[in-house]
Amino acid sequence: MLSKRLIACLDVRDGKLAKSVKFVDTRDIGDPVTKARQYYEAGIDELVFYDITASSEGRGILLEVVSRVAAQVFIPFSVGGGLRTVDDCQRVLLAGAEKINVNSAAVQRPNLIAETAKAFGAQAVVLSMDVLRVEKSPKIPSGYEIVIHGGRTRTGLDAIAWARRGESLGAGEMVVNSIDADGTKTGYELTLTRLIAEAVGVPVIASGGGGQPEHLYAALTTGKADAVLVASMLHFGEFNVSQIKKYLAEQGIKVRRMNDEK
Amino acid sequence: MITLVDYNAGNLTSVQRALAHLGLACQISADPEVVRRAGKIIFPGVGAAGAAMRILRERGLDSALKEAFAKGTPILGICIGCQIILDHSEEDNTNCLGLLPGQTIRFSVSNPLPPSDYPLPNPLPNPLKIPHMGWNTVRVTQPHPLLAHLRPGDEFYFVHSFYPQPADAAQIYAVSEYGGDFPAAIGKDNLFAVQFHAEKSGTVGLKVLENFARWRPS
Repeated sequence: MLSKRLIACLDVRDGKLAKSVKFVDTRDIGDPVTKARQYYEAGIDELVFYDITASSEGRGILLEVVSRVAAQVFIPFSVGGGLRTVDDCQRVLLAGAEKINVNSAAVQRPNLIAETAKAFGAQAVVLSMDVLRVEKSPKIPSGYEIVIHGGRTRTGLDAIAWARRGESLGAGEMVVNSIDADGTKTGYELTLTRLIAEAVGVPVIASGGGGQPEHLYAALTTGKADAVLVASMLHFGEFNVSQIKKYLAEQGIKVRRMNDEK
Repeated sequence: MITLVDYNAGNLTSVQRALAHLGLACQISADPEVVRRAGKIIFPGVGAAGAAMRILRERGLDSALKEAFAKGTPILGICIGCQIILDHSEEDNTNCLGLLPGQTIRFSVSNPLPPSDYPLPNPLPNPLKIPHMGWNTVRVTQPHPLLAHLRPGDEFYFVHSFYPQPADAAQIYAVSEYGGDFPAAIGKDNLFAVQFHAEKSGTVGLKVLENFARWRPS
């Protein structure tokens, strides 16, 4: 039976961990590679690097980060943020990432999903979506609307319809990030997560709002997610990978455990 | 020296990086002569069976691999390299290398709902998601030197929609479970092949590569 995955998200700016990541110990001087390796050794199942670099010079630095991670971390990882073309994506994959993560650029030009899926295979294409809860309307029948530019721009797209379109265009996985829950640490948006998980045939990763192991459990059961994305609850040292997995295993969720934990 | 067979099938550099991390010398080659003379061969790959076989034939690598197998060169297949060593793949209805008798079969899949279907029916059809992607437990069914380090419950990373089914059950060394048991490691004599990505499965996966480097098939 497939395990539920615990995925850590690292925001990177100009090749350094962004401020959202607290530096827990002295070895960690804001180097995403060091952090990635720590999580890898602790048993994380997968990593996501999200590039929030504004400048084009910084993007070159990201590729160095990707290849340094790939030389030390032997689990799958994806890279997102600012990928607009097949060429952008290819550079990241050649540097050693398994998957690319597209969000706003795919909303603005949905064919980016088809092009990347054709070039690299659906398994390499993750569609990330930022979702806002709105009034149900004929245009947004689910009451969940896709937003872009970090939540600042509404698109008029229904989240369910967009997820299914994304799947039919070739996305192999979806990250469903609730703008309402993001940063609250009060739990994932379970209704949204479940709606998308039931609407598509590809794995769904719950994102936004995780603060306690109980929240992860709820996303994986009630929310029907295949994986959970965590950030601050790990970065700030409140929980570690082993504690979270132990909790989930005790609740009867199948998770991958390190040998010394079994 | 381990030779990685280059047939435009994706994850060569991942395997190369993993071998480098382990301090194991390797070279990437698309030259059938190099493959024929190789001391050890890793035959990795992601992608589709049809395209993979076409390129192998174009480069003359199909016969090179068959010869290397016949003369006893240790070979490790990974993912697609675990599927196209059989006679045939359902993917693109492809005739394959036939190093082992058997078929590569698609996971049985639900009929996807039409994109316009909303609200969704309840209950939903078959929940088995394809591809089978993520970490899954691998259970050894027959001891093998490449899997000697496995402990009960060890998991490996998989990404695939098809699985290898050797005709002879004695050629299955490990299974995993996804809507039923499927072969996760198969082999015969100097050939061993894993459906999972050993190069992306953390330390238990790296150890498979290390075991391969040490392997002296009798």
